[in-house]
Amino acid sequence: MNEFEAFDVVVVGAGHAGCEAALAAARLGMKTALFTISLDCVANMPCNPSIGGTAKGHLVREIDALGGEMGKAADATFLQSRMLNLGRGPAVHSIRVQSDRVKYHTYMKKTVEAQENLYLKQAEVTAILFDGNKVSGVRTKLGTTYSAKTVIISTGTYLNGEIHVGTVSYPGGPDSVSPATEMTASLIEQGISIRRFKTGTPARVHRRSIDFDRLEKQDGDENIVPLSFSTEGGLENKVSCYVAYTNEQTHKVILDNIDKSPIYSGRINAIGPRYCPSIEDKIMRFKDRERHQLFVEPMGLDTDEFYLQGMSSSLPEDVQLSFLRTIKGLENVEIMRNAYAIEYDCCDPTELLPTLEFKKIDGLFGAGQFNGTSGYEEAAAQGLVAGINAALKLMGKEQLVLDRASSYIGTLIDDLTTKGCSDPYRMLTSRSEYRLLLRQDNADIRLTPIGYEIGLVPRGTYEKFLEKQRLVQEEIERVKHVNVPPSRELEEYFGQMGTEKITTGCKLSQLIKRPQLTYDGLAPFDKERKPLPFAVREQVELQIKYEGYIAIQLEQVEAMRKLEKKKLPPDMDYTIIKGLRLEAIEKLSKIMPLSVGQASRISGVNPADVGVLLVWLEQQKRKAGELNAE
Amino acid sequence: MSTICAVSTPQGAGGISVIRISGENAISVAEKIFQPFGGKKVTEMAGHTCVYGKVVSGGEIIDDALLTVFVAPRSFTGENTAEISCHGGIYVTKRVLRACLENGAQLAAAGEFTKRAFLNGKLSLTQAESVIETIKASGEQTLRSANLTREGRLFAKIKTVCDRLVSLLSQLAAWNDYPDEDIPEVEESAINGTLSDSIAVLDEILQGYDRGRIFRHGIDTAIVGRPNVGKSTLMNMLLGYDRSIVTSVAGTTRDIVEESAVVGDVTLRLSDTAGIHETGDEVEKIGVTLAKEKLENSDLVLCVLDGSQPLNADDKALLATLPPPKTVVVINKSDLGSANIFADLSGFMYTAEISAKNGVGLSEIEQALEKIFRINSFDENSMLFANERQKACTELAKSYLSQASQALAFGETLDAVTIMIDKATEALLELTGEKITEAVVDKVFESFCVGK
Repeated sequence: MNEFEAFDVVVVGAGHAGCEAALAAARLGMKTALFTISLDCVANMPCNPSIGGTAKGHLVREIDALGGEMGKAADATFLQSRMLNLGRGPAVHSIRVQSDRVKYHTYMKKTVEAQENLYLKQAEVTAILFDGNKVSGVRTKLGTTYSAKTVIISTGTYLNGEIHVGTVSYPGGPDSVSPATEMTASLIEQGISIRRFKTGTPARVHRRSIDFDRLEKQDGDENIVPLSFSTEGGLENKVSCYVAYTNEQTHKVILDNIDKSPIYSGRINAIGPRYCPSIEDKIMRFKDRERHQLFVEPMGLDTDEFYLQGMSSSLPEDVQLSFLRTIKGLENVEIMRNAYAIEYDCCDPTELLPTLEFKKIDGLFGAGQFNGTSGYEEAAAQGLVAGINAALKLMGKEQLVLDRASSYIGTLIDDLTTKGCSDPYRMLTSRSEYRLLLRQDNADIRLTPIGYEIGLVPRGTYEKFLEKQRLVQEEIERVKHVNVPPSRELEEYFGQMGTEKITTGCKLSQLIKRPQLTYDGLAPFDKERKPLPFAVREQVELQIKYEGYIAIQLEQVEAMRKLEKKKLPPDMDYTIIKGLRLEAIEKLSKIMPLSVGQASRISGVNPADVGVLLVWLEQQKRKAGELNAE
Repeated sequence: MSTICAVSTPQGAGGISVIRISGENAISVAEKIFQPFGGKKVTEMAGHTCVYGKVVSGGEIIDDALLTVFVAPRSFTGENTAEISCHGGIYVTKRVLRACLENGAQLAAAGEFTKRAFLNGKLSLTQAESVIETIKASGEQTLRSANLTREGRLFAKIKTVCDRLVSLLSQLAAWNDYPDEDIPEVEESAINGTLSDSIAVLDEILQGYDRGRIFRHGIDTAIVGRPNVGKSTLMNMLLGYDRSIVTSVAGTTRDIVEESAVVGDVTLRLSDTAGIHETGDEVEKIGVTLAKEKLENSDLVLCVLDGSQPLNADDKALLATLPPPKTVVVINKSDLGSANIFADLSGFMYTAEISAKNGVGLSEIEQALEKIFRINSFDENSMLFANERQKACTELAKSYLSQASQALAFGETLDAVTIMIDKATEALLELTGEKITEAVVDKVFESFCVGK
């Protein structure tokens, strides 16, 4: 056996999780290796050519605020973007960017290549090596071993990947790349539970075969908000997307051939995502729906491939072609890559700490689809946290655990490690109970100071952030003191906006609170106002407008953090606590929560059990007090 | 845990008393004091079986009784339990209890059986709290309604509201999380409908609570009247003994005196207040302010008038401030002859003529109470809360729903409206014990005295 180099951090898999993990670790000074089965697939987008979307856009902004790369990469390879949910309130505004798939890969590969301390290597890792319950390195297909102090697994759908199309199945990774077939055995041997999940992707079709005139066109926003806080303008929409609909005929073709689906014929047992079902799933589960929507999106500027979002399928190739051709605008469609379902190995994330390190294996971390999630953004968020924590661990520093009130990233990881997941986990705004605080617009306020303290956010970026904060605070103070007198112009304007007139002078901040009025709209009545950047004006408006609701949410946060502070011993023997129900003992022993707060979120732990835990903690405290008194 | 015992039936009430023993040694404690007829051994009894025998202490037979044995975990507390059903009456009951104590059991603290049941996972939060109220409750009707809560009637009602709100929230979530999908827009009218329906149900529950409360805590009663008409004498008549200073010098009752008196089927929580009249006396002024407050907060007002004289200006001014639906006008001094003041009382539905001094006319007050509170027709199916915490959660939920409704009308964005619906739902879920905050646990355990 040849032992090659020794690394501080080895990352297995160079997808969206792996790239963030490797960049973060290397940027924090760790000698890092990033392994990929194919260098041509670094940061590949094997599914939709877009970054962001509802809640996912929040994740990308948080990654950016902490010092990650995804937002910058999406802006650099930008084709079009829309701010989703405008008009439904700032909590649910989400940016979605169409990116150029090939350019995204190139950008990220180059960023990784250029990174000091980071070594990008093409090789299939066939085993993770352990020394007792500690990770010690990796071995590749060619028999080479690399020693590593920490290893991050971010294998996506490659691990024992198996492709299904109709009755045909074969081992394979996404986009016809080889799967990783050997590594799982070394994990099972180490006692890690391995599960099978499934996901799928739709067909890619040729531009010339689409009748765009028969589709609804969907253009990008006029006012483009970049994903990265560091991107300063320069973005313009270069492409359009299109909307199409399935119809009765489409549904009939699918239903007539449903027995050829590997899922409905029972050939796949793995669990697929509820959150992005295949078209046959949608039709089987929602039989009353007359139509389903699909989006026709360009894959890039230098290609004629188009992606059909919403039409993922594992039906045979001929069935795919015939149901697509029932769709208005796609009557002559020509498939370039067919849709397929893919099954892959993943772990049970409840075996992970909130740092993403395995509870029972020192130095081994998991991130991305390997942890049971779905989506590039979810993957990148975990990769970033795993990379940061591998580095902090080696530096002997306290690791990063973001709580639910800090971010969607924290919510994601808490859900995964506390509740686990039984199908691929997708981020949703409804998963956060602190939605009004965790907005995409204030991710920098929430996380940039943390990213700076860790050492990932460069000084310059941090100083710019502080300057923005200063401007926001000054302006909020100012508008709280600006008096707006009643006037004929004002009355006229209020009439137009549908809000009641004022009869005496009113503070500008009071007027901004009215749902019908905006900070920008009131500019003509605010003579002293200085020109300020959009990001500053946005914060001034939102922080004033939602002040009351924000205060309510802050109360909730305080209650949550109180229970979070009640720490439980990590090596607790729950069988000794009288009064816990058997189910609770079992669940608590499995999850080993770090606090009563985390315990209270475990399914199967009921309020009575939480009561018992609190009483037990109180008893321990009093006993300790008595001992000290003696 | 130690073996504990207590009398688990109300003191002195009923023909039978039950002494419950719970804990690891419960059955062996029972064996020492109970001898089954027919020579069966108590320690060999199977769980959920019952035997007839005698209670013996110090060689002396105390009573003939029934012994029921429950084997852990199949008992109320989840521990070994023995229940001795002996003849009622304070003397016998106390002797049986003493026998238990002399044979190794300790006296249970208030609510300790329930606490153990709770700690052994036998009760949900709502159930545990309801049982505590059951323990505190006196009177048949209260027992019945507290039981209802434990059987889950309140839970079921709350659950329907919760389910609707959760379903609305999930619709809003789906709509927000999948803006590009073909999901039908959640109409403002649909949100409004769910909000107002939910508010109406919560209102109904809260009204039921107010009716139930009078049985558990008694009727908060203010006794009012101008000085020296006989308020304190009335209070003493209701209580059966002298409580406040009774002199014929006007203004001798300076503080609010609180006492409980049983009138018919219900308990009145009486406050004898300083007479309401204009006064220059500073001390008495405070008393007068208190009296006015008390008047507003009470469930029942007993307004005392002197029936032997025509009403004066003070009486009339006072009457004008009273809410007729909850006021009984008590015409005192019927022994001194009648000045026929009924013409001035046409606005009041309930009147009673008494002579407080001679203790005559109590039944007229009882009849008025019966009419006001419809005591005999008390609907045992009405939803009742076990306690104030549950009421507070429901009120909180209602208030958040109202705020959501207002925010919607005001034109606030849906994400903000949703936060209020979230909070309301959270409050209701907390009520059924499905979600926990430290506050809940603190409050429950206040009643249990845990951690000694």
